[in-house]
Amino acid sequence: MCLAVPGQIESIHGNEPLTRMARVNFGGVVRDASLAFIPEAKPGDFIIVHVGCALSVIDQAEAQKIFQWIHEMQDGASKGRPSNEIPG
Amino acid sequence: MKFLDEYRSVPMAKKLVRQIHQRTSRTWTLMEMCGGQTHAIMKAGLDDLLSPCIRLVHGPGCPVCVTPMHVVDEALDLASRPGLVFASFGDMLRVPGSHGDLRGVKAAGGDVRVVYCPLEAVKMAIQNPSLEVVFFGIGFETTAPATALAVLQARQAGIRNFSLLVSHVLVPPAIETLLADPDCTIQGFLAAGHVCAVMGCTEYVPIADRFKVPIVVTGFEPLDLLQGILMAVTQLEANHAQVEIQYSRVVRQDGNAAARTLMESVFERISANWRGLGEIPASGLGLRAEFSAFDARKKFRLQKFEDFDPVECISGLILRGLRKPVECPCFGASCTPEFPLGATMVSEEGACAAYYRYRTPSTSVPHPLP
Ligand code: SF4
Repeated sequence: MCLAVPGQIESIHGNEPLTRMARVNFGGVVRDASLAFIPEAKPGDFIIVHVGCALSVIDQAEAQKIFQWIHEMQDGASKGRPSNEIPG
Repeated sequence: MKFLDEYRSVPMAKKLVRQIHQRTSRTWTLMEMCGGQTHAIMKAGLDDLLSPCIRLVHGPGCPVCVTPMHVVDEALDLASRPGLVFASFGDMLRVPGSHGDLRGVKAAGGDVRVVYCPLEAVKMAIQNPSLEVVFFGIGFETTAPATALAVLQARQAGIRNFSLLVSHVLVPPAIETLLADPDCTIQGFLAAGHVCAVMGCTEYVPIADRFKVPIVVTGFEPLDLLQGILMAVTQLEANHAQVEIQYSRVVRQDGNAAARTLMESVFERISANWRGLGEIPASGLGLRAEFSAFDARKKFRLQKFEDFDPVECISGLILRGLRKPVECPCFGASCTPEFPLGATMVSEEGACAAYYRYRTPSTSVPHPLP
């Protein structure tokens, strides 16, 4: 029910804040989504869409952190590593 | 799909699972709040992979599952009226009311239409001026802004044949209710990423402080969930209780101000009844007075329906993390996804449905993460 899916903005239509829409490509399937909640979004941005409304622009730098962190993680590392070493 | 598939890497998931096993000195009980997370955990078999270090209990974070019976009865009443289109998310069609479900009303000739987006219901109202269109506004903070946007668009378009049956609920008051229960065994939370994409994290800080529980705002893919669990465990082992964001590619500390402003302009906080949890003060959203023309309860003078849960259904205990679905005597016998007794068996994201789909011998699928 709270499912929200990542997609990429292909184009933006309208200027009026309540009715501004984007064509969004979800892995090949293109659908419309409202941009009322993310006025800052631009074509090319990856966004998260829930029930036809975009909720957030995906931060691409943050998106990579988990892989880097897993990559650097030593299997067999000692217990109790402080939580601030986990990206978040 | 980009930003989805890469978070399902099996070798990386295995590495995270090993880390979690290495870092735990005892069994910790964590609750994942959102039904989408429950579904992903069961599908990937993460609960089995993490046993016995982590005991996962499944929270009341499926809006379909917590919508009380009286609201379903209101929906059945509305949907049966001639000249009225009842627009609903598909998940709500099979939720049992006191006398049947929306699917039954539709089969009997009621004009029940499944929509994917609340804005579609506004369009329907514009295109069908002779019909009344009622949208069934259910969901958490993730969904409420979209419902608010539908109301604002309807007002802007000047249409009078659109209204809402609202039953939106808010997550933090439910978490507080669970933690205040003396029987509560939950030691840490995975908070629902998409709720926090809207609301941000500030509401969770006093909860983490007061109840001394780590709360990690977590995404929905296996790597997200495992990293969220690892972050919670790392805090628990170090005796910390803070709010952290795992799902930082989507969630900002202060959430989405535009969505929140729209939501708060249309709705105010009211007391709400949760299926399984009962009445929780300030845990629901109601239309503000200036939007009362969009309130289907007033517009169609709905009668008051009573709430009751089928006696044999233990979903109240499941939603509070006190029981597992397989402990219910009805599970898989008198209660199945096709003929559900309780709402946790209806929605794909309900704990009972997730167990039925992924944990019963006849339907079990091989775990994607061996
Ligand atoms: S299996 Fe059915 S009856 Fe039992 S708790 Fe789940 S929904 Fe209720």
